[in-house]
Amino acid sequence: MTAIAAESARRRVPVSHRVPLKRVTQVELRKMFNTRSGFWLIASIAISAVLATGGVILWAPDDQLTYSTFATAIRFPVVIILPLIAILAVTAEWSQRSGLTTFTLIPHRGRVITAKAISSVLIAVAAMVLAFAVGALGNLLSAAVTGTTLVWDVTWTQCAYYVLGMVLSLLTGFMLGVLIRSSAGAIVAYFIVTFVLPTIFGLLADSQQWFRDLQPWLDIQFAQSGLFVFQQALTGEQWANIAVTGVTWLLIPLALGLGVVVRAEVK
Amino acid sequence: MITVEGVTRRFGSFTAVDDVSFTAQAGRVTGFLGPNGAGKSTTMRIMVGLTRATSGTVTVSGRHYVDLPNPGLEVGVLLDASAQHAGRTGREILTIAQQYMGLPRSRVEEMLQVVSLTTTEAARRVGNYSLGMRQRLGIATALIGDPAVLILDEPANGLDPAGIRWMRDLLRGYADRGGTVLLSSHLLHEIEVIADDIVMIGNGRIVSQGTKTELLHAAGTVVRATDLDVLQRALGELGTAMNLSEDGALRTDIDPVLVGKVALEAGVALTELRTADAGLEDMFLELTATNQREGAGT
Repeated sequence: MTAIAAESARRRVPVSHRVPLKRVTQVELRKMFNTRSGFWLIASIAISAVLATGGVILWAPDDQLTYSTFATAIRFPVVIILPLIAILAVTAEWSQRSGLTTFTLIPHRGRVITAKAISSVLIAVAAMVLAFAVGALGNLLSAAVTGTTLVWDVTWTQCAYYVLGMVLSLLTGFMLGVLIRSSAGAIVAYFIVTFVLPTIFGLLADSQQWFRDLQPWLDIQFAQSGLFVFQQALTGEQWANIAVTGVTWLLIPLALGLGVVVRAEVK
Repeated sequence: MITVEGVTRRFGSFTAVDDVSFTAQAGRVTGFLGPNGAGKSTTMRIMVGLTRATSGTVTVSGRHYVDLPNPGLEVGVLLDASAQHAGRTGREILTIAQQYMGLPRSRVEEMLQVVSLTTTEAARRVGNYSLGMRQRLGIATALIGDPAVLILDEPANGLDPAGIRWMRDLLRGYADRGGTVLLSSHLLHEIEVIADDIVMIGNGRIVSQGTKTELLHAAGTVVRATDLDVLQRALGELGTAMNLSEDGALRTDIDPVLVGKVALEAGVALTELRTADAGLEDMFLELTATNQREGAGT
């Protein structure tokens, strides 16, 4: 069995080139699928999209069987699962300690994190395409089954808003993964940021007039809510809200996290 | 070749590695020996850029590790065989390394053969692997890029005796073909059977380094015989110091060859004759005694 090693050790690699980012991204993408947990998380996007669609067909009132209802229903499971995928892509390197190999093979950690960000966004976009397709099938099916008229009440622009909103949710998870570097901690933090904080902000806005005026500039969920309603184009001010909350809640913590990640010991 | 120059690493007020310098030569197996918590692993992590040195530098084949464009092709690293995602199969872990390095796909199967992992074993998830299997997989990952330098932290941990023998032959062959091998261990015997050069570290400092022969030779000869009194008298005529240890062995500074000749002339049957490794062993035991740390992360 040593014979092969014996021959190959003599063969010298002539010149080695820096590992291109494209290749690192491909490997990171593969790593998101090739663990048991990763595989089922990604599979669960498809599964939950189908279940949500089935639920709409079964229980939604006939007059609400429009495409936007399907798209909104699918959003709820996906908005939870997608960020988990991004979180685990980052934290597994520390929690599972595989970073010991990853950061040895690619010693510039910033490149690994960039590759993970790109592959996470690619998965998010693919998941949204899938969600829209499942929703469309559901819409066609429900029209056929219930005999209602087929309603396509979502424009391409609104689809793009929706994808942007999902990518921002995913990046929130990604940011928490980079900042916290522990799977459990980052997941808990994500649920707090996504579900607990908006509730607190909502209560605060109900009771305090000054906060109600400031909320679009402070509350990232509130600022992004316009992306998911399938109603009208966003105003310039709404875009500004998204940009301001995005910088304070996403970019700044992400930059802080990156500064730590570059040095953080993989135990 | 690996060159370590004046490397120091402090964690707060604790100095894990204190002004460590040594070289691991090409064509030789260098054993990095020290008790748990002595600073071996920290030194190795600094070598591959996972931990930053507070001061000092390490170069691998004349360059800093982080400047290597595709490190896997030049340095094979195994720091902790258990540090793998438990939900990934052995083959996938090798495939990831193969893809990072941009190697042909066939290398994965080749390496599985080299480390004797069967197709069914390779298809199992690493969470179900024994430590020995993880070590084999880790060695495969280190070797897949066909590097000129190997850095292995406690690679024999968890291997069965046949596995240790296999690894020894593998590393010996690697060094004989001009490769540089640096391996660490907290077991003197392990290092003794495989290394050409030994670097001994304790409490973050190098306490001794040199070729194995140099380090082992200083200690003289241990001899046992059926009739020890006769032998003792015969050796005494040579006029050198010797002492009888409690377990009935005679220690002397005389060369083993000469002891054998004297015994032959005196007509005493020897039951044991060997070079004493006590110098290194005593030093090592002393280090371990002052540094009793069961299972501390090395």
